[in-house]
Amino acid sequence: MMFGYIGRRAYHSTISVIGLLTLVFFLTRLTGDPSALYLPLDSSIEAREAFARLNGLDQPIHMQFLHYLQNLLSLDFGQSLRQNRSAIEVALEAFPATLKLAAIAIILSVILAVIVGALAAARPGSLFDRVAGLVSLAGASTPDFWIAIVGILVFAVGLGMLPTSGTGTTLHWIMPITVLMLRPFGLLVQVVRGTMISALSAPYIKTAHAKGMKRRRIIFGHALRNSLLPVITVAGDLTTGLINGAVVVETIFGWPGIGKLMIDSIIQRDFAVVQSTILVTAIAIFIVNIAIDLLYVALDPRIRY
Amino acid sequence: MTGTDTSILRIDSLTVDFLSEGDPVRAVDDVSFHVCPGETLVILGESGSGKSVSTGTVMGLIDCPPGDIVAGSLVFDGTDLSRLDEEGRRALNGRRIAMIFQDPLAYLNPVYTVGRQIAEVFESHGGSVARDEVVQLMQRVGIPEPEKRIDHYPHQFSGGQRQRVMIAMAIALKPDILIADEPTTALDVSVQAQILELLCDLQRETGMALIMITHDLEVAAAMADRIIVMNGGKVVESGKAEEVFTNPTHAYTRRLMAAVPHGGSGERKSRPQPDGDVLLQVESLSKHYMLTSGFFSPKREFKAVDDVSFVLRRGETLGIVGESGSGKSSIARMLLRLNDPTSGRALFAGEDIFQLEGKALNGFRRRVQMVFQDPFGSMNPRMNVRAIISEPLLIHRDILPRARWNDRVAELLELVGLKAEHADRHPHQFSGGQRQRIAIARALASDPELIVCDEAVSALDVSIQMQVIELLSELRQRLGLSYLFITHDLPIVREFADRVLVMQNGRVVEQNETEALFASPRHPYTKTLLSAVPKAKWMATG
Repeated sequence: MMFGYIGRRAYHSTISVIGLLTLVFFLTRLTGDPSALYLPLDSSIEAREAFARLNGLDQPIHMQFLHYLQNLLSLDFGQSLRQNRSAIEVALEAFPATLKLAAIAIILSVILAVIVGALAAARPGSLFDRVAGLVSLAGASTPDFWIAIVGILVFAVGLGMLPTSGTGTTLHWIMPITVLMLRPFGLLVQVVRGTMISALSAPYIKTAHAKGMKRRRIIFGHALRNSLLPVITVAGDLTTGLINGAVVVETIFGWPGIGKLMIDSIIQRDFAVVQSTILVTAIAIFIVNIAIDLLYVALDPRIRY
Repeated sequence: MTGTDTSILRIDSLTVDFLSEGDPVRAVDDVSFHVCPGETLVILGESGSGKSVSTGTVMGLIDCPPGDIVAGSLVFDGTDLSRLDEEGRRALNGRRIAMIFQDPLAYLNPVYTVGRQIAEVFESHGGSVARDEVVQLMQRVGIPEPEKRIDHYPHQFSGGQRQRVMIAMAIALKPDILIADEPTTALDVSVQAQILELLCDLQRETGMALIMITHDLEVAAAMADRIIVMNGGKVVESGKAEEVFTNPTHAYTRRLMAAVPHGGSGERKSRPQPDGDVLLQVESLSKHYMLTSGFFSPKREFKAVDDVSFVLRRGETLGIVGESGSGKSSIARMLLRLNDPTSGRALFAGEDIFQLEGKALNGFRRRVQMVFQDPFGSMNPRMNVRAIISEPLLIHRDILPRARWNDRVAELLELVGLKAEHADRHPHQFSGGQRQRIAIARALASDPELIVCDEAVSALDVSIQMQVIELLSELRQRLGLSYLFITHDLPIVREFADRVLVMQNGRVVEQNETEALFASPRHPYTKTLLSAVPKAKWMATG
């Protein structure tokens, strides 16, 4: 049953990934001719033609596409023009940096948001609830690039406490993670608070009170478990956003992740690498979605696939 | 209060306000009652009478605010409940005072196994519990195969079994008082009888006091030693059950008792047997569903409706009775072309309903209308009454020119006993009974010949039920309507239907003229159904 379900999902996802790759293939080729970037300005026409032939760019575009599809079948994703090695290797090399950043950011936001949201929902209208509401709204609505730049100005340039960009020490992680967390944390606090308030007014909470259960166990045992489903949906959505959308944060902080790689290779017309980064993120998003579906089953016994 | 007060719970002059946006609303007004160990007190009243609020304060389940105990005292075994702090309250709830509720599916947590939820009662009061003990408890409340069922989730149980699980939680620590808030309202009549019997048995075993809240007079009569009747937040009558039932003194109680359909003799006979032509002829109607289940279990066929045939004459009312899952609503849905049948024919005025397409289908829909069970869910809350009632006119454009719609809406509203000026209001401004009248007006808007009522009065209070039934029979006479009246409520069908069809597991087990069926049921299932209607306690015991 369950494997059948995953198989069906994989099948459907494959179709959409192929559609996506087709679209990306043609769109990237609209950005211009790579030989203009990779050869010296004064190179001869012969040299340009040789470069095009070498990289298959002299063929008509539909032939290039067929060739690309053929290679895909044998798991050949093309060569990086810039680095002169397998494009997928370049993409896979950059991916762990993004994945670590995204995983830490999302896990921390979920944990913090569940605690803050649940406490806010336990006493709606209290001072804590109002402060949490304000902070989460600010977090959800402030642009991340602005926070990132202000962060660099204050903590790196001004106070000199944190490095401006790059990787290496633990300190390098602090600003990218904090900036990445703001939006998910803000949104999740609001979702947790809302679903907790409705869960707390559910009839089975009355039963728990009638049983004489402790208040904290009612909130964290009965209400929270039931309000987690919508939270997981939103968190999953935000995770996929972080996996492919850390572009701005990675660029600002010089983080060698897949977002930065994508931007760089688009600018450098390194077509094979653009396509590979998109393939890698698409597969990662597929895996995240499957994981969310499986979490649903684990959390709610009424759901079966 | 005398020196020989044996009561375990005594409530004196309890007054509870609810703070809404404007003035506080008095939900409970100067209510006093007491209950002694081993005794059953029934609090009888219709919706909004304050009966659940007064017991909710005993459990501390009324949120304060918005609720506020303005005056009065609640003394349980020498402790003033209104002065308890959270911890003191927690120590009593579930251990010495327990409660069960109306809708066990909503009141059980869907994501935990029933075993865990039962064990929580023990754990909340400082004990741990062996799995065996929970199994025994489930066995005691009559859940078959408890060793296996302990690991199942609430949605895997039937309604009656869920209520048994609730009862198992309530009696786990042998409480002094069990409060049962409409415990059988959501259940079928035969299941209701079993649950009531279980409660009586448990009471005999443990000697606990039982406070039972109900709107159902039969249930009240079956259970009560003493009764208090509440109306508008006040106690209007109290006393020994037999006295209150046989000799009600307060006007409200008398009205309530009079509202109970007694069926049988009298006025019903005055109605001539309809002998019109055949309006609806149903032949071998079946609806089967394929169930896909489990890992390795094969597909199974579920027969929701199985080879059902009947005839409805013009002007006749055919009652279809059966418990939940017996297939009665499936029949209604197929006859209205909301679902397609697996096989069978249904001739409406000579035409096969299931062959109709396009314009002919639309014409048919105009002639057959439906009144649903839930007057709250079956109307769009954002539409006003005028828009709701004139919607059929919007769909069937040939009925009436738009200029005359307003007059027609006013006419229909008056026909169902409402006022023309109600047309500009929205559904939430009406009570349940009034909403059902609006639903009837909507059904009448397209001048139908047949109205299908699916549990049309089940959600209403007893006294309102009878008013709606009276309206329906008046309309039957004035407009020559025919009804297909689907219900689980036997007294009502006895009052209202000309003929009755009894259904069980998708099949018709018996059909007959109403009086003949009630006087001499032939099929064993019909007999069980009829005998499941609760009998008064004082008659049973002495």
